[in-house]
Amino acid sequence: MAYFYQNPLLRWLMRNPIWGFVLIIFIFFSLSADHFFSERNLMNIVVQTSTIGLIALGMTLVMINGNIDLSVGATLALAAAFAVDVQSWAAFSTWGNWQILPAVCLALLVGILMGAINGFIVWKTGVDAFIVTLGAMLGIRGLVFVYTGEQSFYAMNFAYSDFSFMTIGPFPVLAVIFGIAVLAVHWLLSRTVHGRNTYAVGGNREAAVNAGIRVGPHMMINFMLIGFLAALSGVLLSTQMGAATPNLGRDYELWVITAVVLGGTKLTGGKGDIIGTLGGVLAIGILRNGMNLMQVPAFYVYVILGSILIAVLFLDKRFNRTADGGLRL
Amino acid sequence: MLLARLKAGGPAIAKQGILVAFIVFMITFSLMSDRFLSADNIMSVFRQSAIIGVMALGVTIVVIGGNLDLSVGSMLSFATVLVVDLHDKIGPELAIPVMVLATLCLGAINGFLIGILRLNSLIVTLGMLSAIQGLVLIYSGGQNVDIVDQTGTWFAIFGRGAMFGIATPIIIFLGLALVFHVIMTTMPFGRRVHAVGGNPTASIFSGIPRSRVVFMTYLISALCVAIAAIILGSRVMGSQNNVGLGYELQVLAAVILGGTSLLGGSGSILRTVLGVLMLAFIQNGLILMGQPYYTQWLVTWVVIIVAVWLDVAAKRGRLFSPIA
Amino acid sequence: MNVNREPALRLQGIVKTFPGVRALDGVDFEVMPGEVHALLGENGAGKSTLMKVLAGMYQPDEGQIIIAGQKVRMTTPIEAKAQGVILIHQELSLVPEMSAAENIYLGELPRKSLGRVDWKTLEARSNAILKRLRCNFRAEVTVANLSIANQQMVEIARALTVDARVVIFDEPTASLTDAEKVVLFDIINDLKAQGVGIVYISHRMDEIFTLSDRITVLRDGGYRGTLNTADTNEDEVTRLMIGRSLDLSRDEAAREFGKTMLDVRNLTCPGLFENVSFSVRAGEVVGFYGLVGAGRTEIAETLFGLRKPTSGEILVDGETVEIGSPRAAIAMGISLVPENRKEQGLVLQMNCRDNMTLPQVQDLTAGPFLSQGAELAIFDQYRDRLAIKTPSWRQSAGVLSGGNQQKIVIGKWLSMQPRVLIVDEPTRGIDVGSKSEIHQLLRELAAQGYAVIVISSEMPEVLRVSDRIVAMYHGRIMREFSIDEVTEDSLVQAISGITSDTAA
Repeated sequence: MAYFYQNPLLRWLMRNPIWGFVLIIFIFFSLSADHFFSERNLMNIVVQTSTIGLIALGMTLVMINGNIDLSVGATLALAAAFAVDVQSWAAFSTWGNWQILPAVCLALLVGILMGAINGFIVWKTGVDAFIVTLGAMLGIRGLVFVYTGEQSFYAMNFAYSDFSFMTIGPFPVLAVIFGIAVLAVHWLLSRTVHGRNTYAVGGNREAAVNAGIRVGPHMMINFMLIGFLAALSGVLLSTQMGAATPNLGRDYELWVITAVVLGGTKLTGGKGDIIGTLGGVLAIGILRNGMNLMQVPAFYVYVILGSILIAVLFLDKRFNRTADGGLRL
Repeated sequence: MLLARLKAGGPAIAKQGILVAFIVFMITFSLMSDRFLSADNIMSVFRQSAIIGVMALGVTIVVIGGNLDLSVGSMLSFATVLVVDLHDKIGPELAIPVMVLATLCLGAINGFLIGILRLNSLIVTLGMLSAIQGLVLIYSGGQNVDIVDQTGTWFAIFGRGAMFGIATPIIIFLGLALVFHVIMTTMPFGRRVHAVGGNPTASIFSGIPRSRVVFMTYLISALCVAIAAIILGSRVMGSQNNVGLGYELQVLAAVILGGTSLLGGSGSILRTVLGVLMLAFIQNGLILMGQPYYTQWLVTWVVIIVAVWLDVAAKRGRLFSPIA
Repeated sequence: MNVNREPALRLQGIVKTFPGVRALDGVDFEVMPGEVHALLGENGAGKSTLMKVLAGMYQPDEGQIIIAGQKVRMTTPIEAKAQGVILIHQELSLVPEMSAAENIYLGELPRKSLGRVDWKTLEARSNAILKRLRCNFRAEVTVANLSIANQQMVEIARALTVDARVVIFDEPTASLTDAEKVVLFDIINDLKAQGVGIVYISHRMDEIFTLSDRITVLRDGGYRGTLNTADTNEDEVTRLMIGRSLDLSRDEAAREFGKTMLDVRNLTCPGLFENVSFSVRAGEVVGFYGLVGAGRTEIAETLFGLRKPTSGEILVDGETVEIGSPRAAIAMGISLVPENRKEQGLVLQMNCRDNMTLPQVQDLTAGPFLSQGAELAIFDQYRDRLAIKTPSWRQSAGVLSGGNQQKIVIGKWLSMQPRVLIVDEPTRGIDVGSKSEIHQLLRELAAQGYAVIVISSEMPEVLRVSDRIVAMYHGRIMREFSIDEVTEDSLVQAISGITSDTAA
């Protein structure tokens, strides 16, 4: 037992139980699914995970702030629609492959703008982020349908869809982008003043206000970051599909929140980190991939994920029950 | 000006904000379209709103009790697929009770996890949303289900029938609204739900069985979903396996629009009915005006935020949040 | 003191109104460099409003703030801090998940390029400050892992990050042990010696008289005078505070006690209280006196079914009982008026009548429906009996004054006709008038045959209402006094853990 507490690896696992889970399912699928443990499949997992993973990075920030963003799936679809549509605008018809650039930039800007709208409303009206982004989830999705005329857009420039197959050295470019984003957000959260203030605002909002942190703009920046990451995720997803459908990203908020909560971030704010979130995202990715390889119908993944989410909540409650001081309430 | 009124009139005016908005909407739309206020149109709006409406009644009670229920959407898929599928297998007289029981079981799981184990309702029902969706897909093998003999079954009365010239879904919706209104305002259970939602600790200190009360709210929510599923299955005579996708949000939007606070302890069944009807009339009015179908979602976005904003502003006595 | 010097901070004619309340009405206040100036007043006298004006959290409607001869306007705590005015909160305002260092420099973390935190500077500076405060922990530890006292030190350390001109301490000793208090007083004296002006807010007279140079008293939002501590005494200060001499009289009529209603034998809840035995008779008021955290509230919670004791016996009216829940307690005739009225006593948005009838709501029915008549009858009865001031039963409980709120809670439990009534801190945060009404009421209830337990941290209160006093220290009953034999000194000794053996 003493060894258990002294071993730094085990101690680390105690603090990040999700990585223990990742390890277990990784070993399990390596042993039981034939094609699981191959370089190609592992890269696949990272690529498949990156879509939800990018948004989960932003969600971690927003949730540590004590907020939530339900509108990310819709923002993703809107950005994807812009990215695919704008490149075929007549204005850019002579730009060759460069027509992709304004399209992607515009798509990312739209994501930032949606985040800014959410953040601004939360800041100025004081309405709970849950309600604000619930409204935005409907509204932005409505915007997608109206903008696309309920049709799918297809990318005419093959360079766009080829992008997702590119590799940098041995690594798929999508995995590299995700990796960079993970490092960047981790750095932001753990090393910068903005990142530390994120914990302060979520951990004790009144104290943050009294200490002179401008809570409103601070939260708005985090909403803009998640908007940007959702849009980036939408752009990358549309490169993989070579198209943008109006229903893209439905349910994603559910997956993302699941991943972030699995990673140990608290809904009440003030607690969480990117290492945990990465674990949560990988857990979902490995489960989906591994079960797919074992030809378990995709339906079961829903059941298993839902159960895991609830189980994590239950275990967390069991092991961290201090708030009520033993009172039977 | 508006705010000054809100302040002066206090809660009374704030409470009627949704009613005022509703009347403004009705007048605007009726000026823009002749058909809008016709009896036919009003009936059809009521009928279409019945399913979301019935679900919203249950969710209102859950929210007054201080929790959320996001699982009603996939629970609706579950219940509808089940009742439609069993209809041809064991007949409607058995299919209905079996489905209701199964749905109540799901509600009981929610109630157990949230009421007894005190887990966070947002996450639990989010997990249940996913798990139940998976159950439906497993049960149906990913197929949609149908009732073969669509004209020869008495099951049709729930969605397609009428009494005294009023469509059954409307009667069910408004009848249930009345029943729940009476329960919530004049019976001990309603008082206890308000107390538990308003201050769970003080409720315990007053000897109220908080766990049981919360558990019951989820059973009621599940019962409402089951009833909604009967209407839906009977109307469509079949079901897609994800028919309830996204319903939880429409339902929650209606509840919020009705002025029920997500913090718990306050809210009203009748105003939820108003919220449901308002969303339905917005949808209907926009379509009559020739707007694309999904424009209603954009309008809903604005309406929800403005409605809640005014509510919050009235409570704090200033329009904008004081945070820097 | 050198009278010719500029005050470090001076407030003149400060007026602050809130809707319906004139919270501060022309208050003058000044603190000299190197002076400890105590600010005193009952709850609701305007202390906390004045403090928030000082700290830049409120803007006064009228009046001036003058710092070192300069008229200033402080619109945020940050501006106040820039002027060298620092408030140390009573309620800890720390972020539990962050390190002590990050908390000390919250809102002004030292930066490097790219918005990075300069950890080296941060930790070096924080450790230096903690060392100055003689703290025995490092700035790198997470605040959640520190004891309450050490968390308070982190709070104080915040004040030392800038050149403080004025430091405001708001009830700083509320959660400190005696040893920790000594350290705190040393720190205050250090600051004083460095020429910092100290504003010291406390209820505890003994602290104020040991520490302060001058005392300013507020009452009902108004300035009531400033006294030199050396030239005054507790009586004079008290008189200024409450506007008259404190009425400590008791109805001394000889009291007949009935049979034992509650008998507690060797009750233990590890870590909270141990081997607690006492009894309460019908018609008797037993006062539980002790410091915060001595285990008194926890005993009440156990008797009310909110905690499970590991051993011991509870007898109600002669019968051994198991109390598994508040419902069970209520069924046995035990009622608890809890310590925290807003969190535990009331559903604030609910109206007064509904709050009052909450514990018996399932019994007040006609058929399946609530009986309006029965509910109103109960409300009217206790509104009259307790003289509750509310325009209507429809008023939500949250908007009533503290005294009336407390009476609603008391009414709620009296209407249950309990055999044993437990009242935890019955007059906390209540104005003087209601306070004495509630004391009167508790005596009357006993006279009518209730067995009453009163838990209080205020000595005058226990002395006034009790027939017997149980003194607690660290989860143990140190001594039981009958009201005739008790003295203030012996009571203070008992609750400080000084017994006759260890005192020697």
